[in-house]
Order: sequence, then structure tokens, then C-alpha cells
Amino acid sequence: MHLRKMLVGVGLVAVFAGACQSSASPTASGGASGGGAGAGSGKGLDIEVVTHGQSSDPFWSIFVNGTKQAAADTGATVNYSAPSGTTFDINQMNQLIDAAIGKKPAGLVVSIPDAKAEGPHIQNAIKAGIPVISANSGSDVYQSLGILTHVGQNEEIAGEKAGALMKAAGVTNAICINQEVGNAGLDARCKGFATGLGGKSTVLAVQLTDQSGAQQAISGALSADPSINGMMALGPTGAAPALKALQASNNTNIKLATFDLSKDVLDAIKAGTMLFAVDQQQWLQGYLPVNFLVYYHLYGLLPGGGQPILTGPGIVDKTNVDTVIANTGTTR
Amino acid sequence: MTAAADTAPPSRLRRESAIRRIASRPEFGALLGAIVVYAVFTVLGYGGGFLRASGVAGTLQVAAQVGILGATVTLLMIAGEFDLSLGAMAGFTGMFAALSMTQFGLPPVAAVALTFVVALALGGVNGWLVMRTGLPSFIVTLATQLILRGLTIAFTRGLTGLTIVNVSPDNLSSPAMKLFSANLFRIDTGSFNVELLWWIFVVAVASWVLLRTRFGNWIFAVGGSAQAARYVGVPVRRVKIILFMATAASAALWSLIVLGLNGSANVNNGTNKEFEAIITAVVGGALLTGGYGSVLGSALGAFILGATNLGIFYAGINTDWYNAVLGLLLLVAVLVNTFVLRRASGAA
Repeated sequence: MHLRKMLVGVGLVAVFAGACQSSASPTASGGASGGGAGAGSGKGLDIEVVTHGQSSDPFWSIFVNGTKQAAADTGATVNYSAPSGTTFDINQMNQLIDAAIGKKPAGLVVSIPDAKAEGPHIQNAIKAGIPVISANSGSDVYQSLGILTHVGQNEEIAGEKAGALMKAAGVTNAICINQEVGNAGLDARCKGFATGLGGKSTVLAVQLTDQSGAQQAISGALSADPSINGMMALGPTGAAPALKALQASNNTNIKLATFDLSKDVLDAIKAGTMLFAVDQQQWLQGYLPVNFLVYYHLYGLLPGGGQPILTGPGIVDKTNVDTVIANTGTTR
Repeated sequence: MTAAADTAPPSRLRRESAIRRIASRPEFGALLGAIVVYAVFTVLGYGGGFLRASGVAGTLQVAAQVGILGATVTLLMIAGEFDLSLGAMAGFTGMFAALSMTQFGLPPVAAVALTFVVALALGGVNGWLVMRTGLPSFIVTLATQLILRGLTIAFTRGLTGLTIVNVSPDNLSSPAMKLFSANLFRIDTGSFNVELLWWIFVVAVASWVLLRTRFGNWIFAVGGSAQAARYVGVPVRRVKIILFMATAASAALWSLIVLGLNGSANVNNGTNKEFEAIITAVVGGALLTGGYGSVLGSALGAFILGATNLGIFYAGINTDWYNAVLGLLLLVAVLVNTFVLRRASGAA
């Protein structure tokens, strides 16, 4: 189902790419800043991308690769920025959005981890005539903010899928390991997970910057409630200490799964120590919005009909892990 | 008598009972705090296995890691300085070691040696900047913290496109890396690692230097009054620069332990460790104003931090309360500590 939606998205890009080849006359929507751009070329266009991506997270490196590929394919200039701090900081992100607006770009891609705080800043961009597409987080709020479309994963639907898979594996009592408290998208994952699982699910908050501490903390939680037989990590950085804690516990009844991919996660899936990973295919989240904005600017094209374009959940398990490993670090 | 502790006559001029003498040692409050905190979590976390081997091993691991940093930071604080770049230094040196092996193909022995050389050099720069500019170390090291963290992220992403660098199993199992992360013994699922020996070693050396050497006297002297120390011939600049180098070296040690245990370096490793190290020093009896403190006390402070960190999870307390509980316990520990110190020194 979701795979098909994703393919639709990829297909749309192909259509756009085809459109580039033809000599359709540009219908610039955001002013004439693309002046001189020939047909099929986003040259001279500036697309600003602002996300909340924590700099330590390998996840965002792949997203950035997607934006780079889009820049190479369209000829547009893509500026990626994210809070420089080591923790998720919504205030700094708002400053980056304001700075991006100041550059009067042809388009703006934002992730929306906190709609209330970010909303006014995004609406300033829209008021200034800058087309905005949200990527990654924000699927539940983009419409009310007046954003063109959303490219990402519906976190709650993805969580439900993960919960259902864990349930099918026999899990009845799980901990949902939240490594980034303050991100509404992660809350939605845990919520959906609890729905899909149907059994008991407790949220466990851990600190990422102290790997040994996080691992020991998870060990403590497992020890405190021996009936726990499932661990759902919300990202590779939370999955790593969870995996270590699992290995230290000698308890083979506990099933571990995670959202998002990393080398460690894939190795663990291949080795059978991790059940599956929910992949939101974030390369597409970087790649697609930039393309959409370039061709929206040039030709007024826009897919989705106002509905979000889902890039996930794609499930990576033993059956497809080798393909994913072959493309790790670049597109997966 | 209403005078505060610092205006009371020096303790060496007063006759004291044996009990008072023990109670007035700087680490006494920390000892009480450690007993109280451990007792509280023993009760709360008993059913959860806080006292089982895995719980004890976990507590000691957290304590040892922060304790290594706390020992050198205590010396620095006694000398009247802060090192807020400590956590970023740990992140930088850990990533430096990982990249040396993965990107530049250095053998682990060379990577480890070079990591310590770099740490000592950067620590020296910290100290030199503080002494040269005369600015508070709080500000100078805050700046170097940001610089080091930024360089770590920029270099790592620039070289690898990643922010977590995995070290190969071959490198991890080399003697040079095992020196920092080898398993000593296991009891049930509790794993006791060589970091415990490093902790004991660092605390022992730091304590010996502070209490038994001329350099230790200099540390107290420059922290009490740098100007007075200078007048009596103490090489203030040299003492402080060496101490900044020592804290940087301890950060490198921490980062190599973490690198060995986790098999990867993360650009964010060590975040907030500078504050945890300061907390262990203060809980251990060190004064923020310098001139007073105890390495042994900071080791107890590290133990309190370890017990609190893990006790919350073993007790099954909703983790949303984590920071609040941690803060509250530390506040209580410091208050108890200060109260005991004042009573003992006869000021209250």
C-alpha cells in the first residue's frame, strides 16, 4: 500500500523530469527571481531547506544527500540548515526559518516538529509569497498552516504498523524508547505503536549524549519489569543502546525493533538480533520537495492534490535487508 | 556567632575532637549523601534489581565514567578555574581517535597516543588562553566548548558525511583499545570493566598529588589567592595550565573508554559532561570559589550521580520525572553537605 504511494511519488518525479526536457514556458509563481532560467533548468533558483535534524543523527545525512541530488538534477541551489546545537531547539529553528525567508528564496522546505511554535514563522513565509512544502514531520498540521503539500511519513500510521508487527511477533508488554523528548512526531509514533500493539506500552525517555548511561538506563527498565518482551526504539541513536542492553540481558524473549535505519540497525537485522526497522525513506523527503518546488516555481506543477505524499512506512527486515545494505549511506 | 564559614578562624588553629575532625573533612558530607541516596534507591529499586549484579555494575559504570572527569575537574576547581569545554573535548578527542583509525588508517596504538597528545595540547591552549587574557575561565572555556563541538561536527560530516563513526572490530579488539574497555569479570548479567580500574587510578593519583606533593600545595595556594600565591613564588601560570591539560587528558580517557565500549564515536558524545563533572566536585565538597575541595569527595559525588542516574530507572519511576528527580537529589546532597561542613567547622 504505502510502497505504491511511494512509487507514485517517484513516478511523479519522473514525469517532472520528462517535463524538463520539453520546452514548456516557465510560469514563475514567486516573482521573477528565476530570471534567465531556461526550460528544464532550475539554475539560479534558490531553495531553502530548514529542518530540526539533530546533527548527531545519521538519519539526516541521508536526507541531506537527497537534497543534494535534487540540486544536481534540477540545477537549483539548495541551502540546508538545521539548529547547530546538540539538542533539539525550536527557537533556533525559528530563527533559521526567519533567515531563510529573508533570502527571498524560490521555495522553502521545512520540517515541523512543533507546529504551535513554528506555525507563525512558516505563515510569514507564505505571506511573503514563498511557496512552502513541509518534509519529514508535520503531516498532521501542514494543511491548516496553508502549506502546499507534505512529503513524509504519517508517524501515527507508521507507529500502528510497527505495533501490529510487534504484536504478530508475540509482544504483549513493550517500552517505547524516546531519545528526543519534545518532538511531537516521536510522541505520535509511540501513540500509534501503542494502538497497533494493543498490549501494554510504556514510554521510556533516555539521554542520547551518554551512550553508556542510556544503555544502563534501559537495562534498569528491563530489570524493573521482567514481563517486558518488546522494545520499540524511535531512532538508530536510541536503538544502539537498546541493542546493547538487550545483549547484556541474556533475555532472548525480548523483541527489538526501531524506526529509521543505520549501519548498526541493518547489521542487527541481518544478524537476527533486531526484528525489523520502519524506514520512512528520508532520502525521498530531501529529494522530492526540492524537485516539487523547482517545478512549481517554473511550471506551476504540484502533485498530491493537497494530500500528503507518503514516503513510508517501508519495512526493512531479513527479506530485503541486503538491498538496503548495498545502498547504505547514500540513499538508504 | 554569625560569621560565615570563610571568616571563621582557620581550622588548623582550633582544638578539635576526633569526631569533629572526621566530620569536618570535605568529603564527609558526600559520604553521608552517598549513603542516603544509595539507601533510598535500594528501597525503591530493590524489586527492580538495583542491588543485583547488573544494577551494581551499571551504577559503578556510570560513576566511574563521570568520576574520571570529576577527579581532574576537582583539582582545577580547587585551583579556582572551570573547564566548560570538557564535554566538547571528550566529543572531539573520541571522534579524533575514531577518525584516525577509520579515515587515516592509523594503528590503534598510534591513534590512542596521538589522541592524548592532542588532548594535552588543546588543554594547554585552554590554560594558556585563560592565563594570557586574564578573562574568567568560565567564558574562555565556554568559547572553546562551542569551537570544539563545532569543529567535531564539521570535520566529521566533512570527512565522512556521517555523524556517527563506527570503528572496525579489528581495531576495537586491539590491545590499545582493550586497555580502555576490556571486561574484567562478569557476575550474572553484570559486566565490570577496566574503566573501574582507571577510575581508581585517576582518583588515587589526583588525590596523592593534591595531598602529598608540593604541586598539591600549589593548587590550594593558587585557588585560595592567586596573587598571594604569586608573591610567595608559586608558578601560578604553570600550575593552572598543567591542570587544564589534566582535565583535557581525562576527557580523552573518558572518550576512549566510551569509544571502546560502544564501538563508535558520536559527534555529540560528552554533551553536558562538564556540568556533571562540576556537580561531582561540588557534591564532593569543592567550593565554586576555589581553594577547597577533595578528590575522594568527588569520587563519592560521582557515585551519588551514578546511583541517582540508574536508580530512577530501576525504581520504575516514570522517566518524564528524570531531570526533576536528579536535580532535587543533587540539591539535597549539596545542602546536607554544606550543613554538615558548617556544623563541623563550628560556624553555624
